[in-house]
Amino acid sequence: MTLLRKRGYSGRTLVTAVPYLWLLLFFLVPFLIVLKISVSEIRLAMPPYEPLVTWISTQVVGLRINFENYAFLFEDSLYWKSFLNSIRTAGISTLICLLIGYPMAYGIARSKPAWRNLLLLLVMLPFWTSFLLRVYAWIGILKNNGVINNLLMALGIIDEPIVMLQTNFAMYIGIVYSYLPFMVLPLYTSIEKLDLSLLEAAADLGCRPVKAFFRITVPLTKSGIIAGCMLVFIPAVGEFVIPALLGGPDALMIGRVLWEEFFNNRDWPVASAVAIVMLFVLVIPIMIYQRSQGQQIGGHP
Amino acid sequence: MNAGRPRFVTAMMGAGFLFLYLPILLMIVFSFNESRLVTVWGGFSTKWYGELFRNEQVLGAAWLSFKIAAMNATGATILGTIAGLVLARFGHFRGRPLLTGLATAPLVMPEVITGLSLLLLFVAMEQLIGWPAGRGITTITIAHMTFSMAYVTVVVQSRLATLDESLEEAAMDLGARPAKVFFLITMPIILPAIAAGWLLAFTLSWDDLVITSFVTGPGSSTLPIVIFSKVRLGVSPDINALATILVLMVAIGTAGFGFYMQRQQKRRDLDVQRAIAANE
Repeated sequence: MTLLRKRGYSGRTLVTAVPYLWLLLFFLVPFLIVLKISVSEIRLAMPPYEPLVTWISTQVVGLRINFENYAFLFEDSLYWKSFLNSIRTAGISTLICLLIGYPMAYGIARSKPAWRNLLLLLVMLPFWTSFLLRVYAWIGILKNNGVINNLLMALGIIDEPIVMLQTNFAMYIGIVYSYLPFMVLPLYTSIEKLDLSLLEAAADLGCRPVKAFFRITVPLTKSGIIAGCMLVFIPAVGEFVIPALLGGPDALMIGRVLWEEFFNNRDWPVASAVAIVMLFVLVIPIMIYQRSQGQQIGGHP
Repeated sequence: MNAGRPRFVTAMMGAGFLFLYLPILLMIVFSFNESRLVTVWGGFSTKWYGELFRNEQVLGAAWLSFKIAAMNATGATILGTIAGLVLARFGHFRGRPLLTGLATAPLVMPEVITGLSLLLLFVAMEQLIGWPAGRGITTITIAHMTFSMAYVTVVVQSRLATLDESLEEAAMDLGARPAKVFFLITMPIILPAIAAGWLLAFTLSWDDLVITSFVTGPGSSTLPIVIFSKVRLGVSPDINALATILVLMVAIGTAGFGFYMQRQQKRRDLDVQRAIAANE
């Protein structure tokens, strides 16, 4: 310690270095490797890509950068269609989550204080329960001889089962169901902080509740809305499990395409290129999320 | 407006909770179904639980998942607590914006990207320095620690942001070294947040399918991997039984933790009242 201190390293630096180095090595460096492999060529070996840098002789280094993987992504309509479809699916799911989540968060924040913690716990509880099993629960509900179809047929409303499983409908239900808690929690945090006297003042001045909601409540809970939407949208774009289990075979979601490219086709360079493009698509939402997160947590400026 | 809720909000809230809980309740009900057809009721039975406990593959996977989750939670809590402390207490330093970014990005990063990038790192490291040799428990634990420490960081950082620094400053003024201040003052106060972070990290690891699938090796099938391969073949009653056990464990654990926190809070309130009374 004293030796290090003499060289200008304080205890603070050492403490900071531990998580810093971990994240640099296991979070930042991996992206650089993905970037590298996305511009290399596929080969039939393990690992299945050509090295970028080769020693042609002791003095000459050969560098082979290959943008074919990216060109491939833009030529084959499968890829850009999946990207567009993922963004659309994630966007619509986010909107549905917001429409369901906002009244829920609002209701919890306006409950009696004794109830609030219990209700919050009830929102959190599914989040602590296996994600996979919660998606699985919907298979039993939506399949052809599942709960909904059995019920409707027993009541005589329908004669033949409605196909719901492996459709876009099932996929939306799965995404909204799984990500709803992520929407409610940040919304609750910002609604709870809202000063009720502002609404009272508006009401005293003759403002209708609906107008007061859109003019006062919504703008003042903007940080919660942004954080909630980003927490749903960003992971939903890359979602794999829900499209794989609930979506149809033609549910083109980019996370699923990446998975199949990697595990089924063993094409690591193309899978890497897909990951890099996905990251480019998501970099702006991630930055918006981080700004809103910084405002919510606070801490030292 | 008063503290009451508009009727529309109450109705939406009820519908929302029904939406969240009905699927889980149905899954529990059908775990006691005699029939193999899961969703067609064939009478009450607990036979699927018996079948589950005789399934060596599931039991082995559950044990492996438990070990990884416990190691991950401990490692992630240590790293995340340090990161939370650094971000909440160390003020400005060079590289702070990068650390903030790195610490919160894993929260939202799609799992397929994190999983793929970590696998490629492990492959590259093995080629370069020969470690980690092959993939299995070690690589899974490192991968899980990397994304779950972000959650611990957020929990600890937001707890520290609401904590008055004057206690820590007082201890410093009295000559305590920073390490001593942390272990004697800061840590005991934020211990509930640290415990919550540990539980969160444990659950995230216990639950993870996508990242694990990328960084796992032969012979290291965690519980989610086993469940996923079974679920892909369709619904099966023993999965319902397994789900019921897991849901009950979480419910009991959460209720216990909530109860403990409430009691701690009451005790603290009582102490404050006594202190005030003693001073008067």
